[in-house]
Amino acid sequence: MPAEPSPTTGSSAFHSGDAPRRLAQTALRSVPWEIGVAKPDPAVVVDGVTRTFGGLTAVSVDHLEIQRGGITGLIGPNGAGKTTLFNLLTGFDQPDTGTWSFDGRQLGKLSPHQVARLGVVRTFQLTKALSRLTVLQNMLLGAQGQRGEGFFRALVPGVWRGQEKANTERAMDLLARFKLDAKKDDFAGTLSGGQRKLLEMARALMSDPKVVMLDEPMAGVNPALTQSLLGHVKDLREQGMTVIFVEHDMDVVRDISDWVVVMAAGRVIAEGPPESISQNRAVVDAYLGAHHDAPLTVEEEDQVLAEAEREIAREENLDGEVFSSDVPPQERTEK
Amino acid sequence: MSEFLDAITGGLQAGLGYQAIFFVLLAVGLNVHFGYTGLLNFGQAGFALLGAFGVAVSVVRWDLPFWVGIVIGLAAAVLLALLLGLPTLRLRADYLAIVTIAAAEILRLVFRSVGATAVTGGTRGLSGFNADFVALAPWAGGRQYDILGTRWSGAQLWLALVGWTLVALTSLLVWSLMRSPWGRVVKAIREDEDAARSLGKNVYAYKMQALVLGGVIGSLGGTVYALGLGSVNPDQYQNANTFLAYTALILGGAARIWGPILGGTILLFLVQFADTGLKALISNGIIPESLLSPTDVASLRFVLIGVGLMALLVFRPQGILGDRREVMLDAR
Amino acid sequence: MTHAPDRVRRHGLRPRPRITRRQNGTGSTPGFRGRRPLVLTLLVAALATVFAVLLPGVAQAEGEQVLGTLSTSRSGPIEGVTITVTSADGKEAGKAQTDASGQWSVDLPGPGQYTVTINAGDLPDNVKLGTGGDTREVNVASGRAQPVNFGLSDGTTGGGGGGAGKVIQLLVDGLRFGLLIAMCSVGLSLIFGTTGLTNFAHSELVTIGAVVAWYLNVQAGMPLIWAGVLALFIGAIVGALNDLAIWRPLRRRGTGLVAALVVSIGLSLALRYVIQIIFGGRSRPYVGYQNQRAIDYGLFSLTNRALASIIISVIVLVLVALMLQRTKIGKAMRAVADNRDLAASSGINVDRVILFVWALGGALAALGGILLGLSDSVQWDMGYRLLLLMFAGVTLGGLGTAYGALIGSLVVGIFVQVSTLVIPSDIKYVGGLLLLIVILVIRPQGILGSRVRVG
Repeated sequence: MPAEPSPTTGSSAFHSGDAPRRLAQTALRSVPWEIGVAKPDPAVVVDGVTRTFGGLTAVSVDHLEIQRGGITGLIGPNGAGKTTLFNLLTGFDQPDTGTWSFDGRQLGKLSPHQVARLGVVRTFQLTKALSRLTVLQNMLLGAQGQRGEGFFRALVPGVWRGQEKANTERAMDLLARFKLDAKKDDFAGTLSGGQRKLLEMARALMSDPKVVMLDEPMAGVNPALTQSLLGHVKDLREQGMTVIFVEHDMDVVRDISDWVVVMAAGRVIAEGPPESISQNRAVVDAYLGAHHDAPLTVEEEDQVLAEAEREIAREENLDGEVFSSDVPPQERTEK
Repeated sequence: MSEFLDAITGGLQAGLGYQAIFFVLLAVGLNVHFGYTGLLNFGQAGFALLGAFGVAVSVVRWDLPFWVGIVIGLAAAVLLALLLGLPTLRLRADYLAIVTIAAAEILRLVFRSVGATAVTGGTRGLSGFNADFVALAPWAGGRQYDILGTRWSGAQLWLALVGWTLVALTSLLVWSLMRSPWGRVVKAIREDEDAARSLGKNVYAYKMQALVLGGVIGSLGGTVYALGLGSVNPDQYQNANTFLAYTALILGGAARIWGPILGGTILLFLVQFADTGLKALISNGIIPESLLSPTDVASLRFVLIGVGLMALLVFRPQGILGDRREVMLDAR
Repeated sequence: MTHAPDRVRRHGLRPRPRITRRQNGTGSTPGFRGRRPLVLTLLVAALATVFAVLLPGVAQAEGEQVLGTLSTSRSGPIEGVTITVTSADGKEAGKAQTDASGQWSVDLPGPGQYTVTINAGDLPDNVKLGTGGDTREVNVASGRAQPVNFGLSDGTTGGGGGGAGKVIQLLVDGLRFGLLIAMCSVGLSLIFGTTGLTNFAHSELVTIGAVVAWYLNVQAGMPLIWAGVLALFIGAIVGALNDLAIWRPLRRRGTGLVAALVVSIGLSLALRYVIQIIFGGRSRPYVGYQNQRAIDYGLFSLTNRALASIIISVIVLVLVALMLQRTKIGKAMRAVADNRDLAASSGINVDRVILFVWALGGALAALGGILLGLSDSVQWDMGYRLLLLMFAGVTLGGLGTAYGALIGSLVVGIFVQVSTLVIPSDIKYVGGLLLLIVILVIRPQGILGSRVRVG
C-alpha cells in the first residue's frame, strides 16, 4: 500500500562528508513507497526471481531495484529468504526463474567468482575468515588481477613481486583503518568473532568493489565493536559504494539505511525509507504474524515459515559442516 | 645383536631406496592435493599405476625409448586428473574422495583383466624395460657397493640418485608455487571455497591445476618404482599404497615442504625395521610361531600403519613438522 | 616391498578355486584369451565372479600340487571326474577324481612343467568343456599349489536360452546382489546422515559379521541360522562399540570431518589386517549350504540359498523402513539426520540416537556379510571389496538418505550384473564404479537427494 513520502530527516545534515549520502537519499526522497518501485539510478535490478527448495518457495521477487551509492537494508523474519536472495544475486545459488543485472549487465549465468570480478562482493552470515592464513594473507587475497595467481607466472617471482608490494601497502592501510594492523601476522582463525567480521569486510574492500553485500555484519559482534562496524559501513557509502545488508537489529537498520526492503516468506512485502517501515501494516503483520486479511492463518504461516527454515537449515547442513556441533545452534539456522 | 643391526640397516636401505622414493613422491603429490588445496584424493595409487605402466608398456609393447614412456605416463596422469576433476571438483569434497578411490580401483581391475593382457600383461604384468635406464648410470650397474653397512647395486644407487633428484625438483616446484600468490589462493580454497569464490577466484580452475600437479608428481613415483623393480604388476598399485602415503604425509606434517620427505623416509624405515625385527624375533623363538607366523608379519605391518594413522590424527595431527596451534584452527 | 606379500597371497594357493576364466599365472596362454566371449556365458556360480577377480589365496609352504574344483551353477559340484597329470617327459605324475564337492588335487614330485588332462567323458551330459579343450599346460613353481581351471559351461546363461532369459537371470541375480549391498549401505548412509562421517571402516563391519558367523557355524558347530542371529547381535555390539570407543570421543573433541574420514581409513586398514591374521587369507564357506543346485523357475534359476538371501533381505529392509517410519527411535533418527541441532533443541538425545544408528548399521552390515558369505564364501577382505559398491549405492541414492541408499544399491547391484552382457565379467565391477562417476556428472545430488544450497 502506497503511503505519502514523509520529509527526510537528513535535510539538516549538510556538512561535506555527508555529500554522497545526501545524493542517494535525496534521490530516493521522491520515490514512492511502493513494492518494486523504480529507483532514479539503480545499480542492481532484480526481475521475477524465484527459487524453490523441494516445493517450498524460498524466494519469489517480482521486481526490485537497488539505488546506487545508497545503503539498502534487507530485513525480514526468519526464513524470509534474505540469505537465499543474497546467494542468488552473487551466483552462489541458481534460481528456478528470473533475471537480475548489475549496471545493466545480466548476472544470471555467471559463477560467483565472475560476479565478484565485476565488483559485486559479499560477506557471509557465518564469517568465512580463512583460518590458517594470516590476517595479511587474507587481505592480499582480496586484491584483483594479480599476476602471480597464474600457475606459470607464479613460478617467476619477478613478474609479481612489484604488484605484491603495492597490494601489501594497500592492505596495511586498510588494516590500519580497521585497527587490525597489529594482528597482521596472526592466523585469522585466532581472531575474535567481531574481528573476523571486520577482517572479512576489509578483505572485501581490497577488491575495490562497486557493490558490497553484507550478510548480517553485526551478528555475534560485541557491542563495543558494533559502533566501529557501523562507522565502516557508513564509510563505504561515503566512498561511493552501493551497500546492501541483511540485519535484524531495527535500531541499526534505522540508523544507517537510506532505504529498507522488507521480505517475508520469500516475497518483498514492503519497501521505503526506514521511518516508513515501522508504520507499515504488512511489515507489522509479517513480524507479529496476525492479520485478519492475510491469506494464511497464524498456524499456517508459522508452519510455512518453520518448514522453510528447516529446509534451508538442512540445505546448509548438507553443505559440509564440522563433525562436531561446536557451532552454537543459533548461528547455524538462518535467522 | 647382529639381528638388530640387520634390522637397522634393512630399515635404512628401505628408507633411502626406491620404495621410499615411491612413497615420498606419492606423498609430495598428496601434499599438493590434501595439504595445500584440501582435495581428498584417495586414488593416488591410480596415478602411480599410470606412471609405471606408461614406461613398461611403451618399452615392452611399443618398443619406444624409456624416456618417451615416462612422458606417456605423465600425459596419462594429466588425462586422469582431468577426467576425475571434471565431474567432481564442483561437488563436495567427499565426492572426489569416493570417485578417486573408485578410479584407482577401476584402473587396477582393468589393467589386470584378461582382456587387457595383450597390453598390460594382465596379472603377470610386464618386465624387462629398465635396461636402457640402468645403462645410463655413470658407474657399473651390476657392481655391489657397501655404504654404511647397507649394500646397493650400482643400478639401485643410480635409481636412488635420480629418484631423490626428482624428489628435490618436485619439492622445489611445490615450494616456489606455495610461496607465490597462486599458493595463497590454493590455501584459501583449502580453508573455504566460498570465501575464495566471493573474492573473485576461479576455484574450479585452481583445484584442477592442483589436482593435475599432484597427480603428475604421484605418477612419477610410480615410474621410479617400476624402474627400480624392473617389472610392473597392477596389484603392486593397490590403493593401500595411497593410505600409506597419507600416513607418511601426516606423519611428516601436511602443508610442509619437508613433511612428505621426512614422513616417507621415517615410515619406510620403521616399517622395514619392524618387519625384519619381528621376523628375527620369530626365528629366534622369542616370539612363538604359534602366536605370530612370519607370513603374519606382513599383515601386522598394515595393522600398525592403520593404528598409527588413527593415532596420528587424533593425538598429533600436525605430524613432526607441523604447528599444533595451526592444525587446531582447521575447521574442516 | 609392501606389495610383495600381497602378490604372494594373490598368486598363491587358492584353497577352493572357483572355476573362472581368470587363472593366475596362466592368463596369457592362447587358449585363455580366445575364450573371452564365452566367459560371459560361463557357469561360475553367478555371483562369485564379482569377487573372484580378487580372490586371495595363501602361499602353502611345502609340496607342489595342482588342484581345482569342477562345478557349474546348474549341475552344482561335479563328482567322479578323473583328472590325469603328466610331467613334461610324458610320464604320468598322478591321477585324481573329484570328490562330492567337485574338488580334486594331485600331489606332484617336484616343480616343473605339467600337463593336466580332464576326462571329458566323465562329465554330465549338459556340461561342456570350454574352448581350451581337455588339457591344460601348467608351470608349477617350487612349493606352489597351482590351481587349474577347465572352463566348464552348462548352457545356463549361454547356449539356447537366448537373450531374454539371460537378461532375466541377470536381473534376478542383480536384485539379490543389490539387496545385499543395500543392507550393508543403509547403515553407512544413516551414519553419514547423522554424524557427517564418511565411514570407510563400514566394510569391516560387514566382514566381522561374516567371520563371526563362520566361527560360530564351523568351529562351534552351530546351525548357520542361529550363528547368523548371534553374529547379528555381535555386529550390533561392534557397531555400538565403534561409536562409543572412537567416534563419540572424536565428536567431543571437535575433530573435523576430513580428519574423521582419514581416521576411519586407518581403522579400516587395521581391522582388515587383524581379521586376516586371525582368520587367515583363505576363503572358507559356511557348513551345509555350499553344494546347492540351482532350481529352475522357468525364466531363471536360483539356488535355495540365493532365494533365502533375497527373502531375508526384503523382510529386513521392510522392517528397517517401518522402524524409520513408525517408531519413536526411527523418527528420531530421521530427525537427527535431517538437522542435528534442531533435533537436539527439540529434546532428542542426539548421542543416544547416533549410538543406535551405529548399532543398527553394525547389525545390518553383519547380516549383509553373512549373506555374502553364504553366496560366495567368507574372506578376510570381503567387506572391503564391497565397500566401493556400497559407496556407489549410497552416492547414487543421495548421501545421507536411508531410502536413497536402498534404491541406489539396488540400481548398482542390478547394473553390475546386467553389464556382463556387454563387458567381460572380470571387470563388471568396473561398470558399477563407472556408473557412479557418470551419475555424479549428471545428477550429483543422487536420485533422492536435493540440490545443495551454498552460503
